[in-house]
Amino acid sequence: MAVTVDDLTVAYKYKPVLWDIDLDVPEGIMMAIVGPNGAGKSTLIKAILDIVKPVAGTITIYGKPYRKNRSLVAYVPQKGSVDWDFPTTSLDVVLMGTYGQLGWIRRPGFIEKKAALEALEKVGMLEYRSRQISQLSGGQQQRIFLARALVHNAMVYFMDEPFQGVDATTEAAIVNILKELRKDGKTLVVVHHDLQTVPEYFDWVTFLNVKKVATGPVGEFFNDNYLALTYGSGFKGVMQKKEI
Amino acid sequence: MNVFDYFGLLINDYTIRTISMGTVIMGIVCGILGSFAVLRRQSLLGDAVSHASLPGIAIAFLITGSKEPLVLFIGAALSGLIGTLWIMGIASKTHLKPDTALGIILSVFFGFGMLLLTLIQKMPNANQAGLDKFLFGQAATLIVKDVYLLAAAGGISVAIVIIFHKEFKILSFDPQYAKTLGFNITLLDIVLTSLIVIAIVIGLQTVGVVLMSAMLLAPAAAARQWTNRLGTMIILSALFGAFSGLAGTAVSASMSNLSTGPVIVLIASVLVLLSFLFAPDRGLIIRLFRHWKNRNFLKNEFSAN
Repeated sequence: MAVTVDDLTVAYKYKPVLWDIDLDVPEGIMMAIVGPNGAGKSTLIKAILDIVKPVAGTITIYGKPYRKNRSLVAYVPQKGSVDWDFPTTSLDVVLMGTYGQLGWIRRPGFIEKKAALEALEKVGMLEYRSRQISQLSGGQQQRIFLARALVHNAMVYFMDEPFQGVDATTEAAIVNILKELRKDGKTLVVVHHDLQTVPEYFDWVTFLNVKKVATGPVGEFFNDNYLALTYGSGFKGVMQKKEI
Repeated sequence: MNVFDYFGLLINDYTIRTISMGTVIMGIVCGILGSFAVLRRQSLLGDAVSHASLPGIAIAFLITGSKEPLVLFIGAALSGLIGTLWIMGIASKTHLKPDTALGIILSVFFGFGMLLLTLIQKMPNANQAGLDKFLFGQAATLIVKDVYLLAAAGGISVAIVIIFHKEFKILSFDPQYAKTLGFNITLLDIVLTSLIVIAIVIGLQTVGVVLMSAMLLAPAAAARQWTNRLGTMIILSALFGAFSGLAGTAVSASMSNLSTGPVIVLIASVLVLLSFLFAPDRGLIIRLFRHWKNRNFLKNEFSAN
């Protein structure tokens, strides 16, 4: 298993955000995490990455705690989580992806720069390397975040809504990169909002609404039954719409 | 004496050289740490720490009976930190917003500090005179020992910023991501915030409690206008701070009865104004011009068709 989550409970103040989650992520899959607003999707990722402290539960990455296997993990946070007016360039943001391997005090050198430029090229942003990041479009900023994760050369990728606020071209480009990663045997866990595209982009799905509703291959699990269980019984599923 | 005489005296006159060195060091340190305060949206921290430091200065004097700068600085820093923690505590534990918490704590600490200063003034002790100088600062009280202290505190701060440049950069831009990479962001946050507090405290003697936050923020706000690189911004901000310190001392030494602190702050503010107006790319004038040019271009396109 690439990631295992056992009995995870997370609470902000008194209200539980995640309740007793068990989740196994097999190696080499592309998993969508879906659920309504406030379902705890981002929190689940943040708990796995040790950003949020859980009330209870254990989490392992390739059999070890996150602390021990950090180098196997890459994280793409939500685009809105940072101030894009920060005085820095695209290349500099991507270089931050190398800081973990560098450790304390050591500065990025030639090797790190080369890796960062390669990552920029992969996401089609090489020509924007010297741009100040506020001058990039939303889609370009998302690609920069993706490049920062690629520079890790990790095994497991956690992405928090990588398609939020990007146009169709960028979305297609990002999907291509994700599929490339999967082809290389990487595991991807993606918080995703657009239910329509789940069967097209992903092969596994996890339904989340504070509790885990279900998890499994898209073909077996992505149906109206689980969508209704996750989003409420009044929910008219995507699958029905497609049949019309 | 005019400003040119001042630069002559800068070389020849011991007192003026000492004071100028003090204000320049203070400007550099504030410029460097202020950059991080501005980028991390901790601007209000400057106001909180400086106002909240006043009772600490008074209490440090009451306990020790000494006006040693180091003693007063420690008192100022401690009480500034307590005030800041209190503000953060109120904001996180109650429904009050941080600005409300800041307004309350800042006034309470400042009021308490004023009360203590009045008490001290009434004490039968010849040594008490001069504590009220911390309100608006008085550069003229800077002596060589103070400058050494400023240089030591400033030098350590600058060294730490240079050594941990990469860490402070990622902490300021994306702290959660930094945490996933394995950096201890709580520790980094404490170190950086403490450095900002030190910058504020070492400026108190020169600029004073009331104007200190402007000294912290103005050089950084001005520098941000001229560059899109963090390193360049920090260096520019340090230069702006140093220039404000030197020019402020020059102007106030040239005209009698002008106190140095306010003049330094005013000069820093003029730098901010000039930067907001004339900076390339981010400046107001170039933006208005660009706007006007684009409109004209579109107008011509339409009329041509």
